[in-house]
Amino acid sequence: MLLAVDDLHVSLPAAYGPVQALRGVSFTIERGETLGLIGESGCGKSMTALALMGLLPEGAQAGGSVRLEGRELVGLDDAAFSALRGNRIAMIFQEPMTALNPLHRVGRQIAEPLRLHRGLDAQAARAEALRLLERVQLPEAARRLDAYPHQLSGGQRQRVMIAIALACRPGLLIADEPTTALDVTVQRQILALIAELVAQDGMGLLLISHDLGVMAQTVQRMLVMYGGSVIERGPTAEVFRHLAHPYTRGLFAARPRLGAGRGGRLQTIPGRVPELADLPPGCAFAERCGWVVGACREAMPPALEIGAGHAVRCIRPQAIAANSVVPADGAEA
Amino acid sequence: MTLLLEVEHLSQAYTLPRESLRRPAPVVQALDDISFTMQSGRSLGIVGESGSGKSTLARLVMALERPSRGTVRLLGQDLHTLSPKALRAARAQFQMVFQDPYGSLDPRQTVQRIVAEPLATAGTAERSMQRRRVAESLEAVGLRAADAARYPHQFSGGQRQRIAIARALITRPALIVADEPVSALDVSVQAQVLNLLADLQRDFGVTYLFISHDLAVVEHVCEELLVMQRGRIVERGAAQQILRQAEHPYTRALLAAVPEPPQSSVVQ
Repeated sequence: MLLAVDDLHVSLPAAYGPVQALRGVSFTIERGETLGLIGESGCGKSMTALALMGLLPEGAQAGGSVRLEGRELVGLDDAAFSALRGNRIAMIFQEPMTALNPLHRVGRQIAEPLRLHRGLDAQAARAEALRLLERVQLPEAARRLDAYPHQLSGGQRQRVMIAIALACRPGLLIADEPTTALDVTVQRQILALIAELVAQDGMGLLLISHDLGVMAQTVQRMLVMYGGSVIERGPTAEVFRHLAHPYTRGLFAARPRLGAGRGGRLQTIPGRVPELADLPPGCAFAERCGWVVGACREAMPPALEIGAGHAVRCIRPQAIAANSVVPADGAEA
Repeated sequence: MTLLLEVEHLSQAYTLPRESLRRPAPVVQALDDISFTMQSGRSLGIVGESGSGKSTLARLVMALERPSRGTVRLLGQDLHTLSPKALRAARAQFQMVFQDPYGSLDPRQTVQRIVAEPLATAGTAERSMQRRRVAESLEAVGLRAADAARYPHQFSGGQRQRIAIARALITRPALIVADEPVSALDVSVQAQVLNLLADLQRDFGVTYLFISHDLAVVEHVCEELLVMQRGRIVERGAAQQILRQAEHPYTRALLAAVPEPPQSSVVQ
């Protein structure tokens, strides 16, 4: 087992006492496995990634367990996390322009983790940086070692970010919306590159995205998050086949589809994402759900197994499965 | 159907910083001899990748900068030859909605002032009139008249984009130029805003010049489509037709690259 996250809680300090940003998130990733995390702003996707990286905001409290290669990460101090980050666990961010240092040449930025974690000297680190740039298929890699980030295109900068992430052959790669800032044709190349590298190195990949299409093409299993917890999980094909949770179904139906034609109304999810500070005691989606009954508001629904490895936090999966449509719109936000 | 917008031989070149004292500063041709027309009631989508010239085109149509060559005529008026005063008055006919609902609203102004600004620019200064029009505009986009007293930070991203749309709508323009108006929004909020744009087209007769990198979004809003690459138009025509049977290899490459989730039997 590469990564085992068990009942992860994160609470953040706020003006009126702590708020629960993550409410018992559990999942595992094996070596060579790709797992997707999907959901909208404020659902806890990025908070999960930050907890794994030991980059939670000041004052945040983490509880539960995160084991990477058998080692417990919750409660680890900064120095110990620094030794892991960029070494055993690496991350690719959404915006490569802000994630790279504009004042340093890219060769130096790729060499940094090699010198820090693997103790290579300057010459060896530079040679390895060149090999990495070639591996991420950056054209004219040797010349680009001395380029500054602003001299590269968005896609090229993201390739540099990937090279940095791969430098120390991490066990786990986290990619947080890695292609959201890129054009579609470049997005396709970058996703293919990530998939290829993950397969070659036998890394685990945690891909965070809001795009259902990206998920469908890239990951083997996926988790759908809402209100700080995982509300549906399963093999990607099964999740798309059943859209078992009303929120998953709402997300899918809200997306304009190519070939759908003009003028039709898009299905919307009534209301809006609840504030983490005032999450209801029961199902966080209850206020927006067309299938809601009284019991939904009483307690957080348990994860019900509805297929092999496919589970949903909803107390009415049969009622939802029996319906082929999303209930009519309520008031829009 | 009336002729809304005529763009003829529009070119725009930008001079880049000099790289060497011995060579002239490099010039990038952001737009290269673009011509097209728009009829009222037929919204036009413009797609293309970064650097294709989409946003430059939007700025020129909005008369926010002067082209190197060519003309932009809105309802017969050449926008780039108008005096500053005449241009301010003409702006009532064309308004813009920007991509980022966080950056495009002044955080220190009330929603009342933000939404009323185009009216004030066009010369409608009377307070009670402005208040009434702001209330109408906010209600048209699904907000409440009472929201006029609040500040942008009190709203979510989707609501802010509604405020930006209310501001664009308040002068009852014939044309709204929308540059990636939903790409910063979550999927479920994006659907609400796209439905709103369709309602406004039906109820107020506005026509959109809609810039987006997302072909499915463009297909949802626009009758006509124009595909740009490196400052030139590579394909144009009825949106449905192009998306079904693209002629140009670049359009086909764009279409092929769109990641689509599998069709689901449980929804629609």
